Amino acid sequence: MNKIIKTIYSFWSTSIAIEMEYRFNIIIEILSLSGNLIGSLFTLSLFYGPNTNLGGWSWPSSLVVLGIYTILDGFTISILQPNLSRIVRHVQNGTLDFVLLKPIYSQLWVSLRLFSPWGIPSVFVGMILILFGIYYNNLIINFQTIICFLTMLFSSLLILYSLWFLIASTSIWFVKVWNANEVLRSTLVAGRYPIYSYPSLLRRLFTFILPIAFLTTVPAEALLNISSPSWITASVFVSFSFLNITIWFWRYALRFYTSASS
Amino acid sequence: MSRINLMSKNIKRFLRISFALFSSQYSLMIEYRAEIALWAISGMLPLIMLGIWRESGISLALSLNKDWLTRYFISAFIVRQFTAVWVMVSFEEDNLEGRLSPYLLQPIMPFWRYFFSHIAEQFSRIPIVLIMLLLVFISMPGAFWFPDFGHLMISIFAIFSAFCVRFLLHWLFSMICFWTDRASALERLLLIPYLFLSGLVAPLEAFPDSIKTFALFTPFPYILSFPSRLLAGQEINIIKNFLILFLWGLVLILLGHYFWKLGLKRYSGMGA
Repeated sequence: MNKIIKTIYSFWSTSIAIEMEYRFNIIIEILSLSGNLIGSLFTLSLFYGPNTNLGGWSWPSSLVVLGIYTILDGFTISILQPNLSRIVRHVQNGTLDFVLLKPIYSQLWVSLRLFSPWGIPSVFVGMILILFGIYYNNLIINFQTIICFLTMLFSSLLILYSLWFLIASTSIWFVKVWNANEVLRSTLVAGRYPIYSYPSLLRRLFTFILPIAFLTTVPAEALLNISSPSWITASVFVSFSFLNITIWFWRYALRFYTSASS
Repeated sequence: MSRINLMSKNIKRFLRISFALFSSQYSLMIEYRAEIALWAISGMLPLIMLGIWRESGISLALSLNKDWLTRYFISAFIVRQFTAVWVMVSFEEDNLEGRLSPYLLQPIMPFWRYFFSHIAEQFSRIPIVLIMLLLVFISMPGAFWFPDFGHLMISIFAIFSAFCVRFLLHWLFSMICFWTDRASALERLLLIPYLFLSGLVAPLEAFPDSIKTFALFTPFPYILSFPSRLLAGQEINIIKNFLILFLWGLVLILLGHYFWKLGLKRYSGMGA
């Protein structure tokens, strides 16, 4: 375990050093973050009139959902996107060979090799949105709530990672699947709003087939003290089964890897 | 007489080249059918927003009825499918990998190559979009409508014009590739106003007046909201909207051409 932490530390410090060469990016990231934030807040505000709300959720509660979505977005920019987009390229160029030869578990390497610092501002902004939500809701946060919320957030990060990883690893068969991740990203936008704002058909789709409900709504409920134990157990269960599926799937997929070019 | 001859010769040449570019790009696109299907699915956002708008009580407060919203968002979905533009990404790739150099040697402006690859992609998208629409109408049978022939034709023309304007806008921004090598990052910035001001996530009727006025000063509502409402058969000032769309097109053509000339002087033929 210690060895893994040390390896990840050196992985990330080198990739941060590389990214620092493109300091101009920070301007684009900040512009894109603030543009998206203003746009999402604006769109969200359209649903709130004097007598209307979104799926029975108050404005501050919706802010919590949006905040969690923004944190997940930061996680995507920092870890999922830089790493998992590379799997496709490794397969295409046959350089996955070198990864498999390294004395480290290959799934860990392909998932955590790179770290892009450009997602950090999103994580901060997400936290600020959540704090606003808590403040305006007049919530009293106790220790138990925080533990519960962090567990749910961790589960949602695991689910998000698993979804990305499963799609990226299908590139072993289909090679060009980068677009599939675009599909995923565009569908996950649905997580900006509480799951209760969707009609029942979509709600079921987003709970049982594409677990968007577990990504943002369930952690938000945990923080707002309105979640039921069954949702919490379900979330933990879903995230762990997803993680196990990715481990199994990666091993299975590697059996079909034919190593282009060598 | 000779002038007319020359003109017809030019037109013939133009048509021949267009057809050749189109058919070659079309066969290229057909090779990537699975990818195109995925792109088409990733344009689902208007359908997701339709779900929220139909459920939300605000639509009643704004006296937007459900049928109106349904038609609007389904049309927006169709318009978005056929106005997809990714020229910045491919132009940057060609520029960085030096593929632009051979293109420049050909007696045809590279612009047309990208333009026809988009058009070809739209044609290969048609069956996928039809399947998706079928699924939408199966899950919401009451929402089905079909515009009459004249209406359909003018809507298709509006969608095509909107595509051209959006393409020109992205083409103009592609010119930044001549100055920096990370221009595609700017595409993400360009998508933000498109997403929020074009009427993709909310009909312009739902906007507060000040923001609606502001949005109408940008090209985005004319790229999406206008053709969608036309296709949905909703009341809209056709002539005025077309005029504004064409005006944007003209401005973008001039700017694009200017920056193309300016950028070419800086082109260093990387990788060549």
